[in-house]
Amino acid sequence: MQAFKTHSGRVVALPRADVDTDQIIPKQFLKRIERTGFGPSLFFDWRYRPDGLPNPEFELNHPDAAGASVLVTGPNFGCGSSREHAPWALHDYGFRALIAPSFADIFYGNCCQNGLLPVVLQEGEVAELIRRAEASVGGYELNVDLIERTVSDTAGFAARFQMDSYRREMLLRGLDEIGRTLELEAGIAAFERHRSEPAVRGVS
Amino acid sequence: MMVPRTLFEKVWQSHVVTTRGAGTRDDPGPALLYVDLHLVHEVTSPQAFEGLRLAGRKVRRPELTVATVDHNVPTGDRRLPIADETAARQVATLVRNARETGIELFDLDAPDQGIVHVIGPELGLTQPGMVIVCGDSHTSTHGAFGALAFGIGTSEVEHVLATQCIVQNRPRTMEVRFSGVPAAGIAAKDLILALIRRIGIAGATGYVLEYTGEAIEGLSMEGRMTICNMSIEAGARAGMVAPDATTFAYLQSRPRTPRGEAWERAVSRWSSLRSDPGADHERSIRIDAAALAPQVTWGTNPAMAADITERVPDPADAASEADRLSYRRALEYMDLRPGTPLEGLRVDRVFLGSCTNGRIEDLRDAATMARGRNVAPGVRAMVVPGSQRVKTEAEREGLDRDFTEAGFEWRNPGCSMCLGMNEDILLPGERCASTSNRNFEGRQGKGGRTHLMSPAMAAAAAVEGCLVDVRGYIRS
Ligand code: SF4
Repeated sequence: MQAFKTHSGRVVALPRADVDTDQIIPKQFLKRIERTGFGPSLFFDWRYRPDGLPNPEFELNHPDAAGASVLVTGPNFGCGSSREHAPWALHDYGFRALIAPSFADIFYGNCCQNGLLPVVLQEGEVAELIRRAEASVGGYELNVDLIERTVSDTAGFAARFQMDSYRREMLLRGLDEIGRTLELEAGIAAFERHRSEPAVRGVS
Repeated sequence: MMVPRTLFEKVWQSHVVTTRGAGTRDDPGPALLYVDLHLVHEVTSPQAFEGLRLAGRKVRRPELTVATVDHNVPTGDRRLPIADETAARQVATLVRNARETGIELFDLDAPDQGIVHVIGPELGLTQPGMVIVCGDSHTSTHGAFGALAFGIGTSEVEHVLATQCIVQNRPRTMEVRFSGVPAAGIAAKDLILALIRRIGIAGATGYVLEYTGEAIEGLSMEGRMTICNMSIEAGARAGMVAPDATTFAYLQSRPRTPRGEAWERAVSRWSSLRSDPGADHERSIRIDAAALAPQVTWGTNPAMAADITERVPDPADAASEADRLSYRRALEYMDLRPGTPLEGLRVDRVFLGSCTNGRIEDLRDAATMARGRNVAPGVRAMVVPGSQRVKTEAEREGLDRDFTEAGFEWRNPGCSMCLGMNEDILLPGERCASTSNRNFEGRQGKGGRTHLMSPAMAAAAAVEGCLVDVRGYIRS
C-alpha cells in the first residue's frame, strides 16, 4: 500500500451531507475487474451533463478546483454500499486526503486500505475550511500531516485530529495488512484447533 | 459471579484470535477476528483474487467460503448468453477464480443460485453464533440468526481469503426494542423504516444493533432478516436478533445444517446466545410497534420516510439548515411539492424483490394483494425472486400465476432493479414503488425516483397505479 505521511495540496469543497457511494461511483462502472481506471467516472452523475460535457455547476469542475487533492465535505461521507470502488475512484482522480465531520464505517476502513487518508475534524472546523475554500481566489491549499495529526493552512488555520494507532502506523509505513496478519499464522492455527467449529459444508 | 454479557459480546469474544495495536484504554486497537463463513459475489471480489495471485498467496480455508453470482446477472431468459460484455467478463472471472481456488460456486444455472443474502440463510450456511462477512454492506441480514455479520471492502475480502480473519475495531451496542404487536398490514419493513426515520441514516454509526421486544419475537425469520438487512441504512455495523424457537425451526433440515445428535448439540449451544439479564447496551431505544402505520419514503435516503397517511414535508419545517438544504434537494430530485398527500401519488413502475424483500414470505404477502386483480394500465410491475429456491417454492404454491395473471412480470433471481447493474433499470423521471433498501439518487437508474415500502404496499401500488394505504386493502 502507498504510505501517507504528509500531503500539501489544493482543496475542493463539496458542502453536502450524506454523500453515498452510489454518487461517488455509480453502479454502471462497477463491472471493471481492475482496481484502477475509475477516476474519470468519479461523481459521474453530478460531474457530467446528459450530453456528456462537464457540468460547470459541479464543484469539482470549478477552475479553482483543478488538480485538487484534498476533499472537504459534509458529515456521513461514503454511506451506503460497501464498494471499495469509491475510494479507488477518489484516489484515481487524484485525491490523497478527505476531510469531513464524520465518515461511514466501511468507507472509512476502505480508504485506509488504499493510502487515502480520511480525516475527521469538528463540524465547526470543517465549516471554517469550507468558508476559506469558497472565499479564496485562484485555489486554496491545505497541509495534512499524519505524523503530527494536524491540518493547517498558511493563513492561521490549524486543527488536530485522531486516528487509532494501528491504522495510523499502517498508513505511515504503507504496510501490507495481509502480510502483518500472516505473521500470526501460529496463533490462528491454534485458535482453529481449540474451538468447536460450526459445520459449513454440511450433509446435503 | 459472571459479568452479564450481551449477545454481541458473546459472539465477539468467542472469535477474537488476538488483539492488535496499542491495547491501551483510550486506544484499545482492533481485534483479529476469526471468520466462520465468507460469502463472495462477482462485483466486489475480482480485485481481491487478483491481489492474492500477484502476491503469490493462497486461499487459506476455501471450504469456509461460498460464492454466487447475483449483482449483474440478467433476470430474463437464462438460456441466452449475458449480453453485456463487461458483466459477462465479471461473471466469468468469478467462475474462474472459484475453480482455481477450490471455492464452492453457485453459477447462473445452479439450482441454488440467488442473491447472496438470500441463499446463505435458506441453505443453512448462516448459523447462530457465527462471524460472517461478505464484500457487501447488506451482510447485516445474517444477523437475524444471532450471527455477527457485516459488510467489508474488497481489500478486506482479500485479507479474509488469505487469512480467514478480519481486523475489526470493536463496535458499541445499541438495543432497539420494538414493543407491542403491530396492526394488520404492518410489516417488518415498516418497523425498520420507522427506526431509520427516527434515528437517521448515520444514527447507528459505530454500533451493532440488537433488536428485541415482543414485535421482534413475533416475527418470522424472513421478517427478522428484512430488519437486520436494513440496519446498515441507519449506519450500523450489524444488526442481531437472539436465536429462539423460530430460528431453530427455520434452520432444521436445511441442506447445510447439522443432523441428528449434532443438531441437538448445536441447538443447545445456540440457546445460550442471548443477552444476559442486566447486560449493558451503550444505548437503547424503544419503539411502539403497535402504533405504527405503513411507511413509505418520499426522499433520497431511507430516513426520509413518512406514514402513508402523511403529506410530503415542507423543507421550511426541517429541524436544521442542513436538513432544509437536503430536503429541498431531495424534493427537487423526486419532483414532489410540499403538502402533496403521499397516498395517491402516481407510479410508473413497481419492483418486488431484493435481499430485503425477495423471500418467499414477501412474495406471499404481495401475491395476496395481486390475486384476482390487475396491474393498473400504464404501470410496469416486475417480481424478481431472491433465489432459485424462492422461485421454485413460489411456483409450487402457484404465486407466479397470481402475479402473471394480474399482469406482473415473473423473472429470474438476482439483484435486478435494486441497483440496476443489469438491464432492469428505471428510465429518467420514472417513479417506482420498490421493496428494495435504497432510494439514493440514481440507485435504480439515472433520474429514477424510488419510494421504498413493504411488499404488500408495493403490490397494492401496482394494482392501483399509485401509493395506497394497504390497511384499507386487506381482504378478510
Ligand atoms: S439485492 Fe440490492 S442490496 Fe441486496 S445484495 Fe443485491 S444489490 Fe445489494
